[in-house]
Amino acid sequence: MTIIGLAQIALVLAIVLALAGPVGRYIAAILSGERTFLTPVLAPVERGTYAILGIDPAKGMGWRSYVSALLLLNAVHFALLYAILRLQFYLPFNPGGVAGMPSALAFNTAVSFVTNTNWQAYTPEGGISNGAQMLGLTVHMFVSAATGVAVAAAVIRAFAAGGVQTLGNAWADITRAMLYVLLPLTVLFTIILMASGVPQTLLANAQVTTLEGATQTIARGPVAFQEAIKLLGTNGGGFFNANSAHPFENPTALTCAIETIMFLLIPFSLTATFGRMVGHPAQGRALLWAMGLILGLGALGCYAAEMAGTPMLHALGVNQALGNMEGRELRFGNALTTLFNVGATGTSTGAVAGFTDSFTPLGGLIPLFLMQLGEVTPGGIGSGLYTMIVFALLAVFVAGLMAGRTPEYLGKKVQAKEVKLAMLALLILTAWILSGAAVSLLLPAGLGALANAGPHGLSEMLYAWTSATQNNGSAMAGITSSGPLLAYGMAFAMLFGRFAVLVPVLAIAGSIALKPKLQATSGTFPTTGPLFIGLLIGVIIILGGLQFMPADALGPLAEHFAMRAGATY
Amino acid sequence: MLEHLRPAVSLVALSTVVLGLACPLAFVAAGHVAPNRAEGSLVMRDGHAVGSALIGQNFASPRYIHGRPSAITGTDAKGATIPAPYDASTSLASNLAPTSKALHDRIATDLAALGKRGLGAGETAGGAVPVDAITASGSGLDADISPDYALMQARPVASARGIAEASVRDIIATETQPRTFGLFGEPHVNVLRVNLALDRLPPGAHRGTPGQVAGVVR
Repeated sequence: MTIIGLAQIALVLAIVLALAGPVGRYIAAILSGERTFLTPVLAPVERGTYAILGIDPAKGMGWRSYVSALLLLNAVHFALLYAILRLQFYLPFNPGGVAGMPSALAFNTAVSFVTNTNWQAYTPEGGISNGAQMLGLTVHMFVSAATGVAVAAAVIRAFAAGGVQTLGNAWADITRAMLYVLLPLTVLFTIILMASGVPQTLLANAQVTTLEGATQTIARGPVAFQEAIKLLGTNGGGFFNANSAHPFENPTALTCAIETIMFLLIPFSLTATFGRMVGHPAQGRALLWAMGLILGLGALGCYAAEMAGTPMLHALGVNQALGNMEGRELRFGNALTTLFNVGATGTSTGAVAGFTDSFTPLGGLIPLFLMQLGEVTPGGIGSGLYTMIVFALLAVFVAGLMAGRTPEYLGKKVQAKEVKLAMLALLILTAWILSGAAVSLLLPAGLGALANAGPHGLSEMLYAWTSATQNNGSAMAGITSSGPLLAYGMAFAMLFGRFAVLVPVLAIAGSIALKPKLQATSGTFPTTGPLFIGLLIGVIIILGGLQFMPADALGPLAEHFAMRAGATY
Repeated sequence: MLEHLRPAVSLVALSTVVLGLACPLAFVAAGHVAPNRAEGSLVMRDGHAVGSALIGQNFASPRYIHGRPSAITGTDAKGATIPAPYDASTSLASNLAPTSKALHDRIATDLAALGKRGLGAGETAGGAVPVDAITASGSGLDADISPDYALMQARPVASARGIAEASVRDIIATETQPRTFGLFGEPHVNVLRVNLALDRLPPGAHRGTPGQVAGVVR
């Protein structure tokens, strides 16, 4: 590790934390329908949208209605995206004449983008047209991100007041999240990215004659706008195969730092949104610190592991002052690369600036473990906050067990129904990840998909199922997931990971909303301050992470010791 | 459920038109303010595009400094997988683990190839081959190398061109980009820019016959 590397990591995280408060309070104002500086410009657009949708934004929905609105919206989106991918040959903006996507791949991809996962079983270059990227993928990056914000808003409202019958209007929440939050930020960052050299063009691939007289074909396209929402909406689906390692997605070290800020910004900010909407900012800060401490330690650990280099190259007499550079871009260096990858797995972005398959075993364990924790550090846009609230409920439940009191969170009693639903949301994911990886590794089709042998092969498969189920979308990218086993298997993992959490969480919100809001007494366990933050981190690590220890020991940990012993596979 | 049908369908239609069509096209139009950047930062020489400032290209000649190994592969006429370094119609990392035998063999081969070019460990300030010289980048299109790797190529390139080593080192020094704001990233050298500058050297910089045999081992 170098001082200048640590300074890069510290500065990026400091900027995110400094922006989280103001941005979060702005989002709270938007979700509460208050006036902001953008209201004069955007309010007419908002009213026009409601007129087209035919809805009354003031009409609240109960949790069941809220769920059915979101499920229907996602179903319509899935159908349209699937059709676009299958039929892209007939759509405009296809200068390369890309053929329609095969059915298994189109199903996997449509599910992947609707669930905010952005797992990419397809190769973008040659596998998807500019038209399908714009009309299909880009649109879903907005909608899936707005869906996350809407659910978070509904859950927050359940805790904000007592005896509430409705959780807000799903259509108004989605419209406001897209119009006032995602779109302005996307416009701003598109301009920044374009000024830095990210292309935005409909021209066909460039043909150049290199200095040595060879012909080089350079893929390009309308990258910048999609790149901006890809990161801001914690989506992560790259315009190119190499994702944010590609020079056209991430041209400079400065854009690498900016892109990291882009995907960390809204998930961290939503803690401040939460604090403001429940009328107690310290409650939001407690969640932010728990998220931030885990992420910060993860970033340091990964950076340290990668800067140590690999024993293989030390033995060959290579100067590894830059750290482990396989799969990494020189212009970023290891500090920014590891921070990007750790941040993109701590959020559900899943974009990569370097290739995790070539990380050292311990350096690669950290992104894997952050996903296994349930995507709460700070997690996906919206989904990170509502999953964190589930962990907070479990933390007060654990504290309640120790003290022998009915636990409360924000003045709402947490009872058997909520705890059962919370555990359901967590356990269902673990079951999918572990059984999916185990079954795949028993089948020839699963083993044939691996790029690496030995314990690293197990890591690849475990990483893939973790990433899909937790809706992250990053990969140890050597794995080939376009075959039917993984294409369909992981598509269902993504669906479960999204909706088998989203529905129980809204059910918890519906149940919590109806309860009266109790005044805090001297016997109430405080849910702010270091004691609660420590307990919350403990619950996240133990409940979220411990279940994966045996699997992680067989993959990354076994590989670490094999690597130290000089083994190759 | 049915009362949600109209909002769901109309929201999908509206966002597809606005976010999928109008916004991307508006930015394509806005890109014409700086067309070179919006269209891939192509580098022109004598009226022809010779590459992109952001994308690496394959160099095999001893007259040029070389970039990092590229893991990009393609398929030949029979459908077999073949190396296609710096094929920018796609992008690919090796995805090989630190315990991969294939990675070990590739690096051993690349080290031997460096030796054949006269790029032994003795050519560097640190006395060891810099890591970027034998590791493939994430994109397979990395345009940059470390100053160490660039400088260790100065002597063989000067010798192949029959020019003074100092003039190659001067070019590399000029083209070395520091960290942004002195903080972000790593110091790096754009391979294409160095090689364009080498081609622009006036004949006066020549010391011997161009095309002199490369691979002189000290």
